[in-house]
Order: sequence, then C-alpha cells, then structure tokens
Amino acid sequence: MSDISSSQSSGFDRRAFMAGAAGSALVPLTARATAQEARAPAVQDPALPVDVTLRVNGQDKRLSLDARTTVLDALREHLKLTGSKKGCDHGQCGACTVLIGDRRVVSCLTLALAAEGQEITTVEGLATNDRLHPMQQAFVDNDAFQCGYCTPGQIMSAIACVKEGHAGTDADIREYMSGNICRCAAYPNIVAAVKQAAPEIVKG
Amino acid sequence: MRPFSYQRATDPDMAVQALSAAAAASKPLTQASAQPLAGGTTLIDLMKLDVMRPTAIIDINPLAQGWSAIEPGSENLRLGALAKMSDVAEHGEILRNYPVIVNSLKLAASAQLRNMATLGGNVMQRTRCSYFRDVSYENCNKRNPGSGCAAMDGVNRMHAVLGISDQCIATYPGDFAQALIALDATVEVTGRSGTRSMPFAELHKAPGNSPEIETTLQPGELISAFLIPGRWPRSVYLKARDRQSYEFALSSAAVALDVQDGTIRDARVALGGVATVPWRAREAEAQLKGQKFDDGLAQRAADAAFADARGRQHNGFKIALGKRVVMRALQQAVMMEI
Repeated sequence: MSDISSSQSSGFDRRAFMAGAAGSALVPLTARATAQEARAPAVQDPALPVDVTLRVNGQDKRLSLDARTTVLDALREHLKLTGSKKGCDHGQCGACTVLIGDRRVVSCLTLALAAEGQEITTVEGLATNDRLHPMQQAFVDNDAFQCGYCTPGQIMSAIACVKEGHAGTDADIREYMSGNICRCAAYPNIVAAVKQAAPEIVKG
Repeated sequence: MRPFSYQRATDPDMAVQALSAAAAASKPLTQASAQPLAGGTTLIDLMKLDVMRPTAIIDINPLAQGWSAIEPGSENLRLGALAKMSDVAEHGEILRNYPVIVNSLKLAASAQLRNMATLGGNVMQRTRCSYFRDVSYENCNKRNPGSGCAAMDGVNRMHAVLGISDQCIATYPGDFAQALIALDATVEVTGRSGTRSMPFAELHKAPGNSPEIETTLQPGELISAFLIPGRWPRSVYLKARDRQSYEFALSSAAVALDVQDGTIRDARVALGGVATVPWRAREAEAQLKGQKFDDGLAQRAADAAFADARGRQHNGFKIALGKRVVMRALQQAVMMEI
C-alpha cells in the first residue's frame, strides 16, 4: 500500500546518490537545463528532457526525450515512423518488433536512451527505391495478413528469423515466430511467406 | 510509468556503489529506489504496471564487455551474467554438453525477448502471479508486505504447490534456473567487497513469512557469472504449458543423468512452474541413484518429487501433471543417444 508508493522518501535521494556516485564511472546524461551546471556531476533530473541521438534506418535523429520514452514511442510519437505498432506495450504481442543491430527486439520494452549509438531498423527502412524487401513482397504474394496490424512486426521478426537460421522447416518457423501474435490467425500464410522469402534473403 | 533518472554504469564498481547507496534497510532490494537495467524485459514491464517504482535506473549493459563471455571449459562451464539468452541457446558446445541448459533457454519467452534478456536478469525475473502484477489488488504480501494474499482463495490455477507458505503461493516463473539448480551451479556475485560465490541453490528465498524478500543478494550486489561444474550430455528440459510455444510452464522438469552400463550413477531433477523458487527434487534423485531404469522407478521418483506438494482450489492438477512431466523427462533422458 503506502509502503511502495513512498519511494520518494525511501532514504535514497539525489544528494545521497550524488555522494555515492561522485567521481564515478556513472555517466549522467546531460539534461538540457543542467548542461550549464558543469561544476557538479549532476544526476539527470527526471523532470527534464534528455538529448539523445538515435540512428534509425541509417539516419541520425536528434531528439529531446523524457527518460521514460521507449524506442517504440520515440519512433511513433517523435519521428512519425508509425509502421512499428503498439499492441500490448508489454512485450507480449510482437507488433512493435524492430531490429537493433542485427537482433530483433520488442521496442516497447527498450528505453530509447539505452538504444543510443545502435542501429535501429524499422519496417520503413526495408524497401529500396520503391522496391519492396523480399519479405514484404512475400507477405503480399502470400496474403499473409488480414487486418495488417501485426504485419510490420511480423515482417521484421521474419527477416531476423531467416538470418538467424531458424526458417529451415515449418516447425522451426512456427516456433521462432511465436513471439508475433496475429489475432486474425494468418499463421499458415505467414509461414508460407517466410518460406518464400528465405532463399532470397539468405542469398543476400 | 513514474519519472526516473537514467544513467549508464561503465564499470562494475560504480554500478555497485550507486545501487548500494540507494538501498534502504527497511525495504527489500526489489523496492530500492535505484534498480539495475539489463535486458529490461521484466523491469520495464513492471514499471509500466506500476509494480516496480524506481526513481533511478542504472543501465548496466555497458558492463557486457566483461560480463557476457560464454566459456565452456574442460572442468566447468562459465557463463557471464550479461550473456543474452539467445546467444547461450545457440552455442554449439553448450548444445552438445548441456542440452538441459539450451532447452531451458530456448523454450522460454520469444525470440525477441531472448535477444534482449540476459542470464542474470532471467534468474532474477519476478513472479507472473496475476495478483502481484495487478496493483489494483491490495492484498499481495510480495508487493505490500503484511497485506495478505489475494491468490490464496483467488484464481490460483497458475500458482505453486511446492515451497509455499500461508503468506504467498506465487510461482517462480523461470526455466533456466531449474537447469542451474539441477547441475549444482555456483553463482558469482559482485558487490561492495568484491566478488563472492555461492551455490545457486542459495540465491532464491522461499516466501516463508517474508515473501517480499526474494533473494539473498545484499544491497548493491549484481550477479556477474554462473559456473556449472562437469558436463551433462544426457540431460533434458521438458516444459508443459497451455500453448506449445511462448508460454510460462504449468510444470517443467530439468533432468540430468549419468548412466553407465544401464545403472544410474548420478541423477539430477529440478522442477519448474510448480514451486515458489527454483526447486531441486533431491527426494526424486535419491530414488534414482544406483538403480536400473524402468517406468516403475520413474513413477517412484515422480511420487517422491511431489510428496510434499499441496494444491489449492485450482492448481491441484499440477501435482498429477508435474509427476507425468518428471516421468517423461526421465524417459527422454534415458533414451538419449550420446
């Protein structure tokens, strides 16, 4: 009840933290308003936005974000890249799947600040010169969706699934795509799409 | 989600310092105002649910350089705590010599979550008890010590039948921990006075009268590595669940056997999905050791494993299911060609 809601009076405060972290290798991110206070090794003030540069689809994007912002919200709300979808927002449905580096992750449980310096690829970054990525084309060819809401996440996940070497059999595809829920249950067609695109993706 | 400050720790000492400075004697570590961020798959989720309310996040991912090595040796296997679940599950040598570890990782969560989650974070994940995760239920001794337990007489189908107390029946949700406890793993912990090691079996605490205290970690301590002695090519992780994939265990078994000339020289059995903590079934092991395997022996071992189990209104089925999972895991391990 009141016990855990009183975290502000838990005995941990800014002062204690700064004393503990003085001269430390903790890297406080520079909040805008504290940038001038170079004298003190300030801990980022949660009430202030933090400057961060995210590399999205090959481009550096400078943003000023609340520390709570996830990669998903940074993409959708700040960069207007609304391809990645917010389904459950708890890492359970896979609709928000993006690649960070060459790994598929759920962007809803990834803090934007923690993703700084890493390459983020979203569904918007797949097509080249109006030519669809082979996995996008395979989803179209195989009618691998109905409402389409889970599709960007499915496609990002499927690309990684192939690159990881987990698209060898139908059973493998089903197992390694299980983190992407399709409420329309287009699963058989998704499996077919992954199988169609796999050789082309492996070939590079 | 409540506001927090975000900081990256670039070396272990400083993460330890920041975390220990934030710990208050009156509170369990899970309620300390600073929390370490590794994969984030539990922490960020529980912060969104307002179950965890840190005011400072210490991102320990920069420590991965020193803490994520996967080192199979001739005597033991060392796994860095910041190794990703997916990397360990794909490692050729672990696949050969520790199938129980590989399958405990591979059958957990989804490919995306396994790419994010670290081994250390995985063993520290919090229960999936729906009354714990939903703050609209006041009565949760884990969240609000002394408030009671809504699960006792609630919908407790997913809850534990072993290691329970009258304060808490929340199930320990992980899979990898069962492999670790079965194989007598050691956990290496880095804290204020350097590094210490303890049996993995001593990391988690059964709920007893203080379900809010989940581990024996001290303020500021971080898991830095796991050590697994020996090699266990004849080992199995079997997981029964409501869905074929991407679901927590209703009941699972980690089994490792050393069989020579048809006789079981050594046997390890651990249970998941049925207990409040990673659960070593030593009574089952005692039944198996020195014996020749048959289905009757498997039945006796399974009965021994669940001899002390106590079900409530909706989870009694886990006792029957759990026994069958143990029996089948033993059968599979015996039949493995190695």
